[in-house]
Amino acid sequence: MFDQNSNPSIPQQDLEGPDELGHFGPYGGVFVGETLISAVEELARVYEEASKDSAFWEEYDYDLNHYVGRPSPLYFAARLTSLAKGAKIFLKREDLNHTGAHKVNNTIGQALLAKRMGKTRIIAETGAGQHGVATATVAARLGLDCFIYMGAEDIQRQAPNVYRMKLLGATVVSVESGSRTLKDAMNEALRDWATNVDNTYYIIGTVAGPHPYPLLVRDFQCVIGRETRKQALDQFGKLPDALVACVGGGSNAIGMFHPFLKDAEVFMYGVEAGGDGLETGRHAAPLSADDVSPGVLHGNRTYLMADPNGQIMETHSVSAGLDYPGVGPEHSWLKDMKRVKYVAATDKEAMQAFHETTQLEGIIPALESSHAVAYALKLASAMRSDQNIVVNMSGRGDKDIETVARLEGITL
Amino acid sequence: MSRLSEVTKRAAINGQKLLIPYLVAGDPNLSATEKLMHQLVKDGADIIELGIPFSDPSSDGPVIQLGAERAIASGTSLTDVCELMKKFRAKNSATPVVLMGYLNPIELMGYEEFTKEVSKADVDGVLVVDMPPAESFDLRQRLRDVDIDTIFLVAPTTGIERAKLITEVCSGYLYYVSLKGVTGGALIDANAIRTRVSELRTLTELPVVIGFGIKDVDSVLKMSDMSDGVIIGSALVSEIGKLSVTGDETSEDVEAATKLIRDARDALQV
Repeated sequence: MFDQNSNPSIPQQDLEGPDELGHFGPYGGVFVGETLISAVEELARVYEEASKDSAFWEEYDYDLNHYVGRPSPLYFAARLTSLAKGAKIFLKREDLNHTGAHKVNNTIGQALLAKRMGKTRIIAETGAGQHGVATATVAARLGLDCFIYMGAEDIQRQAPNVYRMKLLGATVVSVESGSRTLKDAMNEALRDWATNVDNTYYIIGTVAGPHPYPLLVRDFQCVIGRETRKQALDQFGKLPDALVACVGGGSNAIGMFHPFLKDAEVFMYGVEAGGDGLETGRHAAPLSADDVSPGVLHGNRTYLMADPNGQIMETHSVSAGLDYPGVGPEHSWLKDMKRVKYVAATDKEAMQAFHETTQLEGIIPALESSHAVAYALKLASAMRSDQNIVVNMSGRGDKDIETVARLEGITL
Repeated sequence: MSRLSEVTKRAAINGQKLLIPYLVAGDPNLSATEKLMHQLVKDGADIIELGIPFSDPSSDGPVIQLGAERAIASGTSLTDVCELMKKFRAKNSATPVVLMGYLNPIELMGYEEFTKEVSKADVDGVLVVDMPPAESFDLRQRLRDVDIDTIFLVAPTTGIERAKLITEVCSGYLYYVSLKGVTGGALIDANAIRTRVSELRTLTELPVVIGFGIKDVDSVLKMSDMSDGVIIGSALVSEIGKLSVTGDETSEDVEAATKLIRDARDALQV
């Protein structure tokens, strides 16, 4: 499980993607209809300029500190550590952010870009609703019109977040096409964007989509890994031995991993949604299932769950936020280079970790993050007690209590 | 000379506008599509755009999404689309057919295999909606090697320099997207379209045809007046949606579904 041998030696430049056209090796790129090309090119130009502007980052940092409440703590989970009887487990507390998850790190950054571009209307897709809430939040703060596309299926699963978005002034559009989940919400958001491209900024919630989204979302999420690095050195005097994060689209994971990619001594584990188990085919684990090939969807080339005819498959996960057939292109590249190990935790394992974290640490984790905890507990058991694991506690589970209750046959 | 350039040149010489219907292969089933294709030719279609069904058609509006869903429900794969083409070619060797779709089914088949299959099926052109020129080099070269045209779109948001670049890689015809939005949207600004199309004409010798939002004889006449022809998609797919899925459509049903194409041809002949 924990590979005591060193990480493969990877040429530094291979870890420095994307290239100018948004490629991470063969992955990424720009695969959208012609109508949207000028919009993504404009965004790439604006971001290139903004990312070199110290005033832009000052404003971003200010908002993260004073509005989001950063830095988020790195917390030693003593009782989870005792449970696993191995490496020490630390939790990076993104669940303590304003709006309850890491998603806001990204929406704060993209809202600043929208403002810079003079856009008056914000759209976003959402799965679990965390990104929708984080987007509606920044839109409310800037006084911008906000439309959130959400699969009809997810609207049912995540009712509290739907109401939260409405309270924040957003219009939640129920998406009835296809499998009525996150991928279909993204299709619908792309259609909206093509129609209202002049005044609309599309805040993509993960490190997927056409270039420059995988780049800029990663940059906005890297605050997680940068803080972790500093906190690890402060708290245990060395870099973590292992990092563990859940991967749906993969934004919290890349944010945690990226600042450590060149540190060969740090092992990284991306935990996908194993659903009913990889062997059943009912999962959302394009990187860790061994029968998945790369394909093209939502603007980029990446590992993608499709049938042999290229039709995108329905995915299965207890967690709406991980229920996506693709994954950010940089993760596909990191998989191929073997820099990050991609694994899966099943619904059942995630549910167990959800309860363990709640009961032992007094922290109710999001079902997404519970996948990371589930794997970290196994990993810790295989490691020595002088080693340290950091788990990205990417979100809090308040939004999931109805789901958990329903699955356990409890009526609230 | 390729079938496509033969047809477009002949139309230009005769002062005729190109009438290009779009339908989804396998919607509602493959045998109906074959009948519809022959009927469209009879109705006066110059070129047929044959859609490869895809589960996530993010550039299409609800009508074509439903068409794709019906085609997938009838079990239509990209291999089936190529088989359908072979059947069509057994009876029709004159009408150019352009396959239009999204990249993922082609990626999964593999570019080499895809090129071999479409070449065997005697397809004339390929238009991949989500494959911009910058990502098209490999597939375009392969298709060119077997004399198949790669067609690209120009949108209202495409700048002039980019449009020039697109005309350099595009062959067959240039597809001008009339509106900001998805297929089946509403046409609003005819003057802007006219300006853009005349601008495109200064860049290329390729025929420029207009698609998206052309839904009746009136819009056919308006849009063909400022271009070399029109593509009719959603309006036709919407009629095809009324056919029975069980494959017992009569020739009258098929004729009824393509009425708009006949009306358009008649109106263009006057």
